[in-house]
Amino acid sequence: MILTDDQRQLADMARTFLAEEGTIKKQLRHWRDIGCKDGFGHGLWKQMAELGLTGLAIPEEAGGLGLGATEAALVMEEVGRNLTPSPFLTTSIVAVEALKGSEQGKRWFPGILSGDTVAAFAVDEGPHHRPRAIALEAKRSGNGFALSGSKQFVVHGASADLLIVAARTGGSAGESDGLTLFAVPRDAAGMTIENVALADSSKAARISFENVAVDADAVIGEVDGGWEPLRRAMRAGRTGAAAELVGLATGASDMTVDYLKQRKQFGKLIGEFQVLQHRAAHLFGEIEIARAVTLKAAELLDKGDAQAGMMTHVAKAKAGRVSALAVQEAVQMHGGIGMTDEHDIGLYMKREKVLDALFGDSSYHARMVQVTG
Amino acid sequence: MSDLDTFRADTRAWLEANCPAEMRTPMRSEDDACWGGRHFAFQSEAQERWMRLMGEKGWTVPDWPAAYGGGGLTPAETKVLKEEMRSIGARSPLSSFGISMLGPALLKYGTEEQKNRFLPEIARGEIRWCQGYSEPGAGSDLAGLQTKCEDNGDHWLVNGQKVWTSYADKADWIFCLVRTSTESKHGGISFLLFDMESEGVSTKPILLISGYSPFCETFFDNVKVPKDQVVGDVNKGWDVAKYLLGHEREMISGMGLGSGSARTLAQSLGAIDDPVLAADVALFDVDAIAFAAMSEHFIDQLKAGEAHPAMPSMMKYAGTELNKKRHELTMAAGGSDALEWDSERSHGGKAAREWLRTKANSIEGGTSEVQLGIVAKHILRLPGA
Repeated sequence: MILTDDQRQLADMARTFLAEEGTIKKQLRHWRDIGCKDGFGHGLWKQMAELGLTGLAIPEEAGGLGLGATEAALVMEEVGRNLTPSPFLTTSIVAVEALKGSEQGKRWFPGILSGDTVAAFAVDEGPHHRPRAIALEAKRSGNGFALSGSKQFVVHGASADLLIVAARTGGSAGESDGLTLFAVPRDAAGMTIENVALADSSKAARISFENVAVDADAVIGEVDGGWEPLRRAMRAGRTGAAAELVGLATGASDMTVDYLKQRKQFGKLIGEFQVLQHRAAHLFGEIEIARAVTLKAAELLDKGDAQAGMMTHVAKAKAGRVSALAVQEAVQMHGGIGMTDEHDIGLYMKREKVLDALFGDSSYHARMVQVTG
Repeated sequence: MSDLDTFRADTRAWLEANCPAEMRTPMRSEDDACWGGRHFAFQSEAQERWMRLMGEKGWTVPDWPAAYGGGGLTPAETKVLKEEMRSIGARSPLSSFGISMLGPALLKYGTEEQKNRFLPEIARGEIRWCQGYSEPGAGSDLAGLQTKCEDNGDHWLVNGQKVWTSYADKADWIFCLVRTSTESKHGGISFLLFDMESEGVSTKPILLISGYSPFCETFFDNVKVPKDQVVGDVNKGWDVAKYLLGHEREMISGMGLGSGSARTLAQSLGAIDDPVLAADVALFDVDAIAFAAMSEHFIDQLKAGEAHPAMPSMMKYAGTELNKKRHELTMAAGGSDALEWDSERSHGGKAAREWLRTKANSIEGGTSEVQLGIVAKHILRLPGA
């Protein structure tokens, strides 16, 4: 795929903006070091809204840019390159995809567009991503439903104004039938939200639901038919996360190649050693391949192609494995300095681990490629 | 209807009318490929007719200029032709080093006379070429080649030896790197074309571990070559050679090496009941499908003129390493069936022989280490690379 001029302009804009405002020093380290409960800056989120980025995927008739997975991936790659902490993935990609075409969209899109609303996506209930195993129960109650159960790894869960919650209204654990997606406002009674700091200094919540009452109109799509919007949102999220991983791998690799050109040992630049040259060249190729398949997945999603789902699994698996290699090589080639908190390269390693786990790790997606392929 | 739609409809109709049914079946092995040339033994009348009909339309080389025997098609039309061929399962009418390697080099570096003389013959499959690059002392370090080429007034005189010359025993002509000066390693090389039937040329097959023998040793003993058969300037053959190598690497990465997934492999071998092997296949699938997406992207980049000149090296490296892995998995999945060397059950040892053949992928056309060195130097700009 060759990018269009409009796509290149968007990528350039995101690159310039995030290289200036989304840097590790201004964002990631800053919020970490002051112990910010959100782990990201609302100021940057507002700036992204002013640039139209928060509403990138919101349909034009609802005031957004009406763009697709490819454009989202181009922005995510820049987010990854700078390790920019931001609710862009959970809110502007995942939540927007889930809400698209629903009545709930009308309620939440304006806040997302203006940068006032942050959304989180509550799917996982155990330490591994197993969306069909969802057990959180939504019982019919009065005019609506009562939710009981628990979620974990809800990224930005404690900071979010809106939680998209996947619950079981029918069927049994392991089935995709009988799931329902709910838009739950932050202030719904009965939720206990524990804000958990992750290894990369981002925040994800552990949330317990005790008879949390929601109206019938909180349902996104159809009751028992939640798998469809859930799957759409996960595909968007996986592709976005894959793009962030590709950007992260590129950032780590660029930093490492620069270091190979500066660091001397045994009286030589270490970049002169063939063994390091070959490992760096191998990594370069792997990152290019991961980028190509991620953009392919985005392209197929945008076309509504039947292979899109399979390709998102491939993209997430490949991007996860390649970026894991990238950060391992990066820290190793940096040597001792790479183990220090002062140096940025270790931050890439920590972020990579979290992103790999988000929406299913490489092993999960490799297995899905075999099952669905 | 756009011009391209008209072209598609016309192409489809022509292919339907002219592509023989036999040429719409998948190739079973390398033996089914049509190589053309003076002495080629066609497997069937259909194979010969298909090559001839496609050659007459210039569609063996659809994007070459019509003046040189090509189809004169635009990149978009070429893509349509390939798509329409694929949709009826049409075989490639001609496999040819003339098309994939020498032709592009002649189009860029050849004289008008050389283009008129050689390109139409290549397009029609009338001359089969082999490549004389490697020597016993100059494989990956190709510029170290020693085959001597002296200016003897009205002709060149060539003496020396080549090795790994694919199909030298079956080729009509050779494109060959020779040393015309010893003053500089890269600067003393010339790119020479000559007839394999010239006096003083002899070949000897090299038996490989797979039991196949596409490769030969090739010897030149006082071979006289006409002066006008040097391509590009004398002593500047390295530029032509490098350009051609780029096309060779593109060809290798575009031949489907590394494309397709192990899923088809698993299906062809029945259920894989070992969870460890199944996991290996799953991870391989991820790599294979991702590489196929990269190949598609790479071809788009090439067509748009946006590919970095060193990208064929990356593609060649990744594609051949992947292909080796695929055949390791094929052997693992096939179990003892795959080990049978000659039997009916193993289709004459197909799995084992192809597994062994793939080990050359990361050696031929520049080793994987050479490709990594090129990426390190030209893309990553690492010092001293």
